[in-house]
Amino acid sequence: MNAIIDRRSLLRAGGAMLVAFNLGLRPRDAAAWAEKPVATDEVGAFLSIDAEGGATVFVGKVDLGTGVRTGFMQIAAEELDLPLGRIRVVEGDTALTPDQGATYGSLSIQNGGVQLRAAAATARRELLRQAAERLGADAARLRIEEGVVIAPDGRRATFAELVGGRAFTLKVDANAPIKPPEARRIVGQAVPRVDIPDKVFGRFHYVHDFRLLGMLHGRPVRPPTLGATVEAVDEASIRGIPGVVRVVHQGAFLGVVAETEWAAIRAARELKVRWSNWAGLPEQAKLWEHVRATPVAQVQVTSDRGNAAQAIQGAAKRLSASYDFAIHTHGSMGPSCAVAEFKDGRLTSWSASQATHNLRKQLAMMLGLPVEQVRCIYMEGAGCYGRNGHEDAAADAALLARAVGRPVRVQWMRADEHGWDPKGPPHLVDLRAGLDAEGNVVGWESEAFIPKGAGGNVDLTAAELGGLPRENQLNPGNIIHNLAVPYAFPAVKTVCHRLETTPFRPSWIRTPGRMQNSFANEAFLDELAAEAGADPLEFRLRTLPRDDPRGREVLERVARLAKWQTRPSPQRVREGEILRGRGVTFVKYELVRTYLAGVAEVEVNRRTGAIRVTRFFCTHDCGQIINPGGVRSQIEGNIIHTLSRTLKEELTFDRGAVTSLDWGSYQVITFPEVPEIAIELIDRPTERPWGAGEPAAAIVPSAVSNAVFDATGVRLRSVPFTPAKLRAALQGV
Amino acid sequence: MSQTVSMTVNGRAVSVTVDQPQMPLLYALRNDIGVTGPHFGCGLGQCGACTVHVEGEAVRSCQMPVGEAAGKRITTLEGLGTPEHPHPVQAAFIAEQAVQCGYCTNGMIMQSAAFLTKTPRPTEVQVREELANNICRCGTHPRVVAAVLRAARG
Repeated sequence: MNAIIDRRSLLRAGGAMLVAFNLGLRPRDAAAWAEKPVATDEVGAFLSIDAEGGATVFVGKVDLGTGVRTGFMQIAAEELDLPLGRIRVVEGDTALTPDQGATYGSLSIQNGGVQLRAAAATARRELLRQAAERLGADAARLRIEEGVVIAPDGRRATFAELVGGRAFTLKVDANAPIKPPEARRIVGQAVPRVDIPDKVFGRFHYVHDFRLLGMLHGRPVRPPTLGATVEAVDEASIRGIPGVVRVVHQGAFLGVVAETEWAAIRAARELKVRWSNWAGLPEQAKLWEHVRATPVAQVQVTSDRGNAAQAIQGAAKRLSASYDFAIHTHGSMGPSCAVAEFKDGRLTSWSASQATHNLRKQLAMMLGLPVEQVRCIYMEGAGCYGRNGHEDAAADAALLARAVGRPVRVQWMRADEHGWDPKGPPHLVDLRAGLDAEGNVVGWESEAFIPKGAGGNVDLTAAELGGLPRENQLNPGNIIHNLAVPYAFPAVKTVCHRLETTPFRPSWIRTPGRMQNSFANEAFLDELAAEAGADPLEFRLRTLPRDDPRGREVLERVARLAKWQTRPSPQRVREGEILRGRGVTFVKYELVRTYLAGVAEVEVNRRTGAIRVTRFFCTHDCGQIINPGGVRSQIEGNIIHTLSRTLKEELTFDRGAVTSLDWGSYQVITFPEVPEIAIELIDRPTERPWGAGEPAAAIVPSAVSNAVFDATGVRLRSVPFTPAKLRAALQGV
Repeated sequence: MSQTVSMTVNGRAVSVTVDQPQMPLLYALRNDIGVTGPHFGCGLGQCGACTVHVEGEAVRSCQMPVGEAAGKRITTLEGLGTPEHPHPVQAAFIAEQAVQCGYCTNGMIMQSAAFLTKTPRPTEVQVREELANNICRCGTHPRVVAAVLRAARG
């Protein structure tokens, strides 16, 4: 059976759509909705070859500003032996791309890229099979160059001749042979990112730039407190603003729609609304008492070996400590934005959602539509480090567009973003451990107090406020990982107390839970090393399992990279106003993938309490590297973003709402504060590729805490490490 | 009362009719004139994503009323250079791959380009200080600094 059938109409539709996006116009052909396979076991779901012999790659994982689009192109180009310039990518369109799950968890290359690679390898084998038939040659003796299959005698068949314009109709074979390392020419290279030139010349089309004919502008009008309800709306209060079309009111969901963006902004600001009072948030100063007092929904034991409690009880030395990590906001550079259009009872939604296939179901549920009547299309937004407000803006736009019967674009204001994006929840960990007389860890126990839920859908704000159908679940991300430790302690027990509630609607922000748990573990381990009088790096090496050479290697290499001086912490010399120290950290991501080690060097001003991280070193083993430039860029981003979180970021709130509503009240890292960064990548071309978008974040807070301890003898256990906290701690020394 | 404002944008004479001259220039550029290089980031002059050049000076277009742009010469990222004739800062951003999501990139380039005309051979510290009020969330800072220094080296 021929595995390729004629699908010219589909490819025309797909092509028209790409052109339309480049022009910033609407995709013309909604008829393409049901024509293309999107099942993840179909080659045609991932790939098509056009009439000119170029390839279009369809991926459910999206480029959130990470450069992964270029990585996908490299993977497809490598397996198909096509030049990069002849690969196009369609991302996150529920009508066109396979559902590969949300773009989170550092899984785009590890899972999404590996699926795409299998599809491309399957397609390559099929192309060779067809060429062999056409050329009357043995498939094993054919080679491919730039989309042309060439027989030993020089006869040729182009991809266009073989399949151009027809769709693949064969199943993905996960065992189809992939290129061996020595034959790779594109994968493994630091290929420049394809999106950068357009971004540098102002020609890139973000979702914020997307326009439809007849489109109106909307703005949500959020309540002044999280739980307030509308008592009265004075629509006359905005009658004087030219261009106002409608006030949309559904429960506590309120929005305005206007002909121009400025009119919508003014209307949202000036609309007079009487809201009910609400003050259901805990007192910020007593946040951790509140967390401890929150009812527990479920107790999860994430590791249990030996009898940890007994081992600690009988230990020569016993230590205990509590670590906490503040509530954070995503703080995307661009406030969330989306465009929605209802036509013939169908909703099309353009947004920067990291999970369009999930958003589709959520929008359908909220609106009472069959899921088939909703199409969600990804367009890049400002960098997204987890589930931020994009989906909520899409819900706002959908409700407003349905109300006015015209396409509506919604862009939040800065205060909407800081005030209403879902938050990284408060994270608290208690630890206890015991050392024997030789300074070996004999027992380790930890208990995390963190909200229940996992990586499912985060409810849409418009559905919550409007009292519309929603799943009504908490989903803070998979935040239990890395509470279990990678070390060979004889007795360990790690437990997560999953809390019924958390003050703010939670979601995942880059490295959710894994970072907070690693912070607690790796800083507490440093406390044990200091108690044992051991060098912290050697202490880790001697505690790592013997059969984990990749773990040992990142640690040994970071020691060389940072010119680590072997000695216990804290350092003895403490003279002058500025104290210097260094701290090390090791993480095996989720205990099953990417290995990392980091060293932070700090300068601490003991008068002001200010911490300056001067240098940060990282060794990184994520298996096979698709694009070393991309991996480096992600590691740099992880380190800097997480330094910002570790040193500065903290949501503030009163009893009713978030009060850190701008960049003045929610401060982030600035250029003068960014350290020198040195990275050593360990490439393993014969291994599987693992993720790089998150893991390096997990090494940052503990490395800094450990370095501050080394400099000062003071242990910081509460993120962010503000000057006030350090000053207070230094007074106790 | 609607009002017509005329200015020069990227060398082209343009007129926009606005309901309020207090409307920030940013909205006129993005929605009426059709240049989307400058981005809305905060609307508060805190982040720099909306930066344009007004008479050669780096200005936060979210803070400048469109009425005040009357008669002025405005340059946006689109007008700074093109793929065929890139501004040295643009070329350097590509060479250093100094972009992740790119939402802040407009401000980084526009701020740096204006800075280099006055300080053609800056130190690294000067570049960092100059960009201290431009926010990046992706952590592209070291590459941005490297790009500005590269552009300065010529």
